[in-house]
Amino acid sequence: MTSHATTAPAGHAHHDDRSFLAKYVFSTDHKIIGIQFLFLSLFFLLVGGVLAMQMRWQLGFPNQPMPGGGILPETWATDGVLLPEYYIQLVTMHGTFMVFFAIMPLLVGVYANFLIPLKIGTHDMAFPRINMASFWVAFLAGAVMLSSMFVPEGPSRAGWTMYAPLSARADLSGVLLGQQLWCVAIILLGLSSILGSLNYITTVINNRAPGMTWFRLPLSVWSLFITAILGLLALPVLSGAGIMLLFDQTLGTHFFDTTAGGQALLWQHLFWFFGHPEVYILILPAMGMVSDIIANGSRKPIFGYHSMVFAIVGIGFLSWIVWGHHMFMSGMNPTLGSTFMVTTMIIAVPSAIKVFNWLGTMWEGNLHFHVPMLNAVGFVAMFVIGGLSGVFMAATPVDMPIHDTYFIVAHIHYVLFGGSLFALFGAITYWYPKMFGRMMNERWGKIHFWLTMLFFNLVFFPMHNLGMGGHMRRIYDPTVYNFLDPMQGVNRFISLSAFALFVVQGIFAVNFVWSLFRGKKADANPWRDNGLEWSLPNPAPHGNWERVPSVYRGPYEFSHPQASEDFLPQHVKLPGDQEPASAKGAAR
Amino acid sequence: MTHATMDMMHPPVPAEPGVQAYNLKLGMWVFLASEVMFFTGLIGSYVVLRFGVTEWARPGVVLNIPITALNTFLLICSSVSMVKAYAAIADGDQKGLRLWFLLTILGGAAFVGVQVYEYLHLVHIGFVPSGVREGSELAERVAGGAAPAATMGLYGSTFYTMTGFHGFHVTCGVVSMIYLYIRKVLPGKYTQQDYRGVEVVGLYWHFVDLVWIILFTIVYLI
Amino acid sequence: MDWWLPLKGSTFAGPIDGLFLAILIITGIAFVVVEAGVLWFSVRYRHREGRKARHVHGSTKAEVVWTAVPAVTVVALGIVSNQHWERIKGRESVPADAYPIAIHAEQFEWNVTYPGPDGELGNGDDFTVRNQLHVPVGRNVLLVLTAEDVIHSFWVPVFRLKQDAVPGMTIRAWVQPTVAGEYELACAELCGMGHYKMRARVFVHPQPDFETWMQQQILEGAQS
Repeated sequence: MTSHATTAPAGHAHHDDRSFLAKYVFSTDHKIIGIQFLFLSLFFLLVGGVLAMQMRWQLGFPNQPMPGGGILPETWATDGVLLPEYYIQLVTMHGTFMVFFAIMPLLVGVYANFLIPLKIGTHDMAFPRINMASFWVAFLAGAVMLSSMFVPEGPSRAGWTMYAPLSARADLSGVLLGQQLWCVAIILLGLSSILGSLNYITTVINNRAPGMTWFRLPLSVWSLFITAILGLLALPVLSGAGIMLLFDQTLGTHFFDTTAGGQALLWQHLFWFFGHPEVYILILPAMGMVSDIIANGSRKPIFGYHSMVFAIVGIGFLSWIVWGHHMFMSGMNPTLGSTFMVTTMIIAVPSAIKVFNWLGTMWEGNLHFHVPMLNAVGFVAMFVIGGLSGVFMAATPVDMPIHDTYFIVAHIHYVLFGGSLFALFGAITYWYPKMFGRMMNERWGKIHFWLTMLFFNLVFFPMHNLGMGGHMRRIYDPTVYNFLDPMQGVNRFISLSAFALFVVQGIFAVNFVWSLFRGKKADANPWRDNGLEWSLPNPAPHGNWERVPSVYRGPYEFSHPQASEDFLPQHVKLPGDQEPASAKGAAR
Repeated sequence: MTHATMDMMHPPVPAEPGVQAYNLKLGMWVFLASEVMFFTGLIGSYVVLRFGVTEWARPGVVLNIPITALNTFLLICSSVSMVKAYAAIADGDQKGLRLWFLLTILGGAAFVGVQVYEYLHLVHIGFVPSGVREGSELAERVAGGAAPAATMGLYGSTFYTMTGFHGFHVTCGVVSMIYLYIRKVLPGKYTQQDYRGVEVVGLYWHFVDLVWIILFTIVYLI
Repeated sequence: MDWWLPLKGSTFAGPIDGLFLAILIITGIAFVVVEAGVLWFSVRYRHREGRKARHVHGSTKAEVVWTAVPAVTVVALGIVSNQHWERIKGRESVPADAYPIAIHAEQFEWNVTYPGPDGELGNGDDFTVRNQLHVPVGRNVLLVLTAEDVIHSFWVPVFRLKQDAVPGMTIRAWVQPTVAGEYELACAELCGMGHYKMRARVFVHPQPDFETWMQQQILEGAQS
């Protein structure tokens, strides 16, 4: 029960004689755990994408046999034509995998683990073994969720938001085991997140290198820290709700059983009380990493560092009091709706501040459009659309026609794909050399960016128009409705673009795998950045530093007049710099 | 550099000052924040459900209040003995630590034992998570108007979920304390300079105790 | 236009579409400002030999401006929106003279109950029609929404009216149709495998036609 992290003998850094199993499988090294999360979540990103392609086939070409659909079992498709029950399972599992097993672990599992100790300057997480447990519990959760695809009735059919009573009653949804497995997997995932979060929070508070004051933390660390707090406090609520849902199906409890006094809206309140902080868990780390990359690419200090920090904290706080905006049409008291509208409108302000500060950072900069920078600027351009479309649904009267339509689908994808995923393409490329010691291919990275940008917009922008026309989400066959008939051409166009978008991701996949073995060997500091992680060799050794460096300044001192080059690392001591007071004990 | 020469009860050096707590203690506080949210979710749901219906079984009709009151007292006593164990080792008193730590374990184990007995008894008379078992003793009493039949399902759902998860937390605490007792307390690994494990498990224990006092009040007494 | 807003079929449609356009213009301006900034800066400040970035950490004046302007804008939007919201969905918003119709949603059907000759629900002369909603044009209609099994959502695009029907709750919504014609009612909340075909036809009749239809139904009901 002692904390080895702060007293880890530095000798590890050079003589790593641990066995393969201890080094790469049951590793307690935060960097290996981050890489394990990377492979796990990229796998689920692929799974989620494959599910989406099948949905798009059905929507673009309703009731026509899907190419290759013949291999699907009879319970999913007849002669390659998808069945309606399978379609809603696709909807459910696409959302579940993408939110809980792809984007969330990609942002938090990968980068909180990999970046926090490296960027704040410490040997490892505060609790390395708990950290390892966090990964393996997440792995187990993913395995359980995946296994639900292959049980007799298939996975849950209630949408990723799992609205009760549909989710609570197998006689109404037609799925029992798959639904129970969903609950079990989500409870496990909650446990994993809590274990991770308590590590991130403790590490950031207590284990920063001497001189790494709160306002010298990179914005990526600030956002991951606030994200960890959100995860710590939001996930247990989801776990509690998941437990009640599971008990309703296994022990015969009546939490969501309206025939015995249970309440249908109770699930929605619990789910969205978790769910809105969750939305910011899915975007804050992206914002933080984009801030780091844009400052680097612009060779300029981040514009308004303090207001960026306050915006992150403000979003973190406000995210707890906006959940009702998912429930304007649910029959919740309309006066509550008014309250939630106001809080929701206000949460747009810190996001706006961040966007303008990114623009301010680019202004009068010296812009180097390497692949991470391209993706980071792409993030800003796309996140703006997702943020602004949020204003429509925040306004309660306008939400009435667009709630539960493709307008919402467009909005969430502009934020999670156009936002989080573009940031991730940037972040993966940016920290790839520190993870694997090689660079990803620059040319193919650029081709991937431009093609993704093109097809992403072709897929998701027209969805706004579908939503304005009233096109409902989660419907298997739009041709049932006369008023949707004129939109079928748009649906087909979106589907074709989506197939192209999926194919284009192959470029990224190939680049990622190819570069692992054949990528150009990377310098220790290939992006000429200021962060502490770049003071380490590639890939960063176990235990990171023999002696933790002292920190003399913030992370964004690019183009500093006193520096000979256009960057000035945090650990480099200039003649006038004072040794931090907390470094006194460092000579051990 | 060995642990013995360092003051382990303070934050790690060298590092920028964080909070005045060592990692394990800070980690436990952070974890307890998450636990607060977990129980808030369960208790909040109970409040919403209970006030969403017009009638509810009166206190004492189904549950045995005196026995659980005694059990509550037992748990509070174990919190006191935990404080005594902590005070003993802070003074370097190994004998005191062994005694009071053991009493805490026994108090916790007894609490779980009484709760298991309570559950068995309740199931026996027909009170189950789904409500009232048909044909049972309790079913007859409910039919006789002792408690409102319409909301007994919710009563069972919330009672077993809340007290069950609390009992699970107590059990986890007892198991961890037994582990620490065998691995650390008996061999005398805790010293006046480093007794972090005692302090941290103590934090958890007081939290579990506090949750129980809330649950006892709202589930049994109101 | 197939890719724009549908026909305005109720008194709600005007204000809601108006608000939609207002938000579109405001967000459109923000969109153009940001995207133009991104593009312009990307070109103007791209790396060239000898360029040096300006070492500047921010500007309090600029930051105050771009905090205050969005804040004032969204709060104003909130205030304007809320007035419409109260009129459309507020607890006190249902007009006293509204003609009551009960809609009971179940997997995967809409059971529409009409008040019969006396114009009031629950007096024994009510009759129920499946998957057909008939309403008079130009008259306030009260919809009393309930659900049998799971959550459904009443959604008529031309009315711009959406309201969930939740098991265990009785939810009142109202609407005044303004254009006679035949439209569609869809379920907007995932309610199971038949969700996609939970469709009903909506007939907005001129008042005389509505009376005729009502008489016909009553006669048919009496015969059977």
